[in-house]
Amino acid sequence: MTGTWEVVVGLEVHCELRTRTKLFCGCRNAFGGEPNTDICPVCVGLPGALPVLNRRAVDLAMAIGTALGCEIRPSTFHRKNYFYPDQAKNYQISQYDEPINVNGCLELADGTKVGIVRAHLEEDTGKTVHAGSSGRIHGADYSLVDYNRAGVPLVEIVSAPDLRSGEQARAYVTELRGILVASGASDGKMEEGSMRVDANVSVRPTSADPFGTRCEIKNLNSVRSIGRAIEFEAARQIELLESGNEVVQETRHWDEDAGRTVTLRSKEEAYDYRYFREPDLVPLAPDLEWRVSVSASLDLLPRARRERLASLLGDDGPLPASRGDQIVTVVGLGLDDLVVAAVDSGAPVSLALSRAANEAATDAEAARRLSASAFAELLVMEADGSLTPTQAKAVLGDLLAGTGDDPAALAAARGFEAMSAESLAEVVAEVVAAHPDEWERFRAGGEKADKLIGFFTGLVMRSTSGQADGKEVAAELRRRRGPEPT
Amino acid sequence: MPARAPAVRLADDVRTGRRSAREIADAALAAIVADDPGVGAFTLVTEDLARRQADAVDRAVAEGRDPGPMAGVPVGLKDNLCTRGIPTTCSSRILAGWRPPYDATVVERLRGAGAVVVGKTNMDEFAMGSSTETSATGPTRNPHDPLRVPGGSSGGSAASVAAGFVPVALGSDTGGSVRQPAALCGVVGLKPTYGTVSRYGLVAFASSLDQIGPLTTTVADAALVYDVIGGHDPLDSTSLERPHPRVADVLDDGVAGLTVGVVTELVDAAAADVAGSVAAAAEALAAAGARVEDVSIPETRLGLSAYYLIAPGEASSNLARYDGVRYGLRVAAPDTTAMNVATRTAGFGDEVKRRIMLGTYVLSAGYVDAYYNQALRARTRMIAAFDAAYARFDALIGPTSPTTAFPLGSKIDDPMAMYRNDVCTIPSNLTGQPAVSIPFGAGADGLPVGVQVLGPSLEEATVLRMAAVLEAAAPPGTPPVPVGASSTGGAVR
Repeated sequence: MTGTWEVVVGLEVHCELRTRTKLFCGCRNAFGGEPNTDICPVCVGLPGALPVLNRRAVDLAMAIGTALGCEIRPSTFHRKNYFYPDQAKNYQISQYDEPINVNGCLELADGTKVGIVRAHLEEDTGKTVHAGSSGRIHGADYSLVDYNRAGVPLVEIVSAPDLRSGEQARAYVTELRGILVASGASDGKMEEGSMRVDANVSVRPTSADPFGTRCEIKNLNSVRSIGRAIEFEAARQIELLESGNEVVQETRHWDEDAGRTVTLRSKEEAYDYRYFREPDLVPLAPDLEWRVSVSASLDLLPRARRERLASLLGDDGPLPASRGDQIVTVVGLGLDDLVVAAVDSGAPVSLALSRAANEAATDAEAARRLSASAFAELLVMEADGSLTPTQAKAVLGDLLAGTGDDPAALAAARGFEAMSAESLAEVVAEVVAAHPDEWERFRAGGEKADKLIGFFTGLVMRSTSGQADGKEVAAELRRRRGPEPT
Repeated sequence: MPARAPAVRLADDVRTGRRSAREIADAALAAIVADDPGVGAFTLVTEDLARRQADAVDRAVAEGRDPGPMAGVPVGLKDNLCTRGIPTTCSSRILAGWRPPYDATVVERLRGAGAVVVGKTNMDEFAMGSSTETSATGPTRNPHDPLRVPGGSSGGSAASVAAGFVPVALGSDTGGSVRQPAALCGVVGLKPTYGTVSRYGLVAFASSLDQIGPLTTTVADAALVYDVIGGHDPLDSTSLERPHPRVADVLDDGVAGLTVGVVTELVDAAAADVAGSVAAAAEALAAAGARVEDVSIPETRLGLSAYYLIAPGEASSNLARYDGVRYGLRVAAPDTTAMNVATRTAGFGDEVKRRIMLGTYVLSAGYVDAYYNQALRARTRMIAAFDAAYARFDALIGPTSPTTAFPLGSKIDDPMAMYRNDVCTIPSNLTGQPAVSIPFGAGADGLPVGVQVLGPSLEEATVLRMAAVLEAAAPPGTPPVPVGASSTGGAVR
């Protein structure tokens, strides 16, 4: 369906900053408090109250700008005026024509470069709940408003219309999320509204044509809904155009349950925000020293982290796709520091990466707290054959569960000891003796023979309760068979 | 003892134990109760608070603690200054009964200095007006003539001082709202440099122009109050981070050697009798050793238009919060939007609505550049013009108000005529520079005339020094501050 059309997407991502206090007052910036408990005269907009800019929020905004390669500039605040009960002052303080960060770039994991037009500071609004069948303010029986979120610092990151599919938009948000978390600016919790996304979507016949009329889609609360909404919206626009109709510029709402976008307000109903300079605040012009201190304190970003892991594996040619996926997973889960530290302590790189991407990833939160030396010690035990992979995975599970922090002790507690070559040979001999037909077929060699290695290994594992090392079992079987007949 | 002691004298008496703060407070409260019904300066008398604060001052004196530089001085507060637990209404129905949970910074500083708050004073609704007639609770009368306006918007504060109820009141000055009522009521009114006095807790009208200032009977009192309320406040981002040197110490330095410009355009805007007072003031300054010259600053003619675009623009946004959702008046309606509309329709008076509509219009897409942004450009030009003038002159003088106090009701139905009252005071708000109005001579009608001294930013000391010279040189015809309407009148005898 989209074969002859190009989809054009630009995203506006609102990121709540992880500050201790709000953007313009000393109230706690926290999610989930009792309604209207983290409020004060400033964030409820009482008469006479005045905003004072939170320095930490500026730090984090500059950290985001730096991480996105933006130019950090002297900036100002404006008032965006519109009436809505979740806005205590009926205007939002936001940066307008002089944002703090401009002209950046975000490179997706696949190498696509997406322009960052701007990343500016603004305050969040409160939350409203409209009781009644409509769920909207019009026709509500009553409305409740919680100002705990009012005044929480946000950075709005506006991309250029450089994305070409819902899939790419998902990749962008995933990468951006990693950057925001890595820069310390955000906890990245989309489910708590820490990141909220609006998408501008249009379509055009070919990339040589001018941009089509765009629609802005709101209420995209998960990476999944971003992709779905963009795909739906693009299809809707293409269908309109192919049936001879026009796309009308408007703001649309993504209905997650129905899986469709619906009109929120038309261009004619769009607010006139009557922007003007916020007279209660002074211009913001961070000096060089401040900017340098922010960029110096910036942690490694996801791209650099991926490159660091790749370089550990050796820089000879392109990595196999499976390794690349492991790296993306490990960095995405914040486990790369663990892997790097374990490798520094002598663990084999590929084993560390696999265990981190597969087993440790099942409980990433616990894995991020794992002692790198314990992790390294476990991996070394596995690599030198003291533990079988199955045993090593079990001990890793114990480490993650917090059962203990010494891999050797945990292995001993489970009764894991490496089998001696002799006892392994005995068990193999018993298993072979019990299955003479299979043994004969194995001895005959050929393609099918190798499959029988799995059969025998499984039996050996069962009779040794997993203590045997699968590789050793295979070696013993081959040794027992002697040279393969030709 | 003088019939009305200035604050400096009262504080000295209290600090040295000659009089108790309680005695002074009781006298002020009694005078207000007896005489204010004929003036209407106060919208609320805070008897309990006043007595509590006075008693605290007296305890400090008794225990040998420093009671502060304004110990026992009764003060009136314009009702747009937030007072914790005490109604703060901006003389508007929409805030009727609203009690702020906090004190404005200036109120805290006054209390810290030992001042005693006796009440909240009447004002034009949300400080929008020049006559105190737009107050939702009715007008204040000029103590010099009850059929005339006290000026505005701080008319209640000016009248409370002129009537002798209090030696000090605070007002706010967005386009002349301290100085013009000071002139019309024959008292001293200071509009400090923007950023020297915290706006935290001042209910905003036009944030880039609003500044709190004192109304007093003497220049020394204005200096005393400015010294107390000024200085950096971390709660106001536009508050200047700089030392706040005392100006009270330099008032006697005279004007010898200072260069003073008489602004032609301001004088031309005034009636002949008022212009005559300005000429007399210029002569008095020259006689005191200042070099006085006429100066033309044509950009002052841009002021009125620029102001009536910028101030309503900001006001339309500042007043958006009065929507019935969180506090103040709420008029029930079927849905939220209808409730907002019904509340604002019932809660705001005509002048406030006029300015909200005007301000909304000038900020609207398609008009903002022709109106609001054009006004900002005019403001920039005016700042440059005054900077150029201050390169030549230490200070400027002109009239405060084009006329003396006008009759109640004479301009309230003609907004443009009312707006023109502000022509001489607006430039200092647009430039953010200090200016003081000092009573000097009388009009043809025998009513007080105010002469305005304007100075460059942060030169409060200069303008107050000049005002002190004019105060000493005030011609014989200058009307004395009248005694209150009844025979008991006057807070202090």
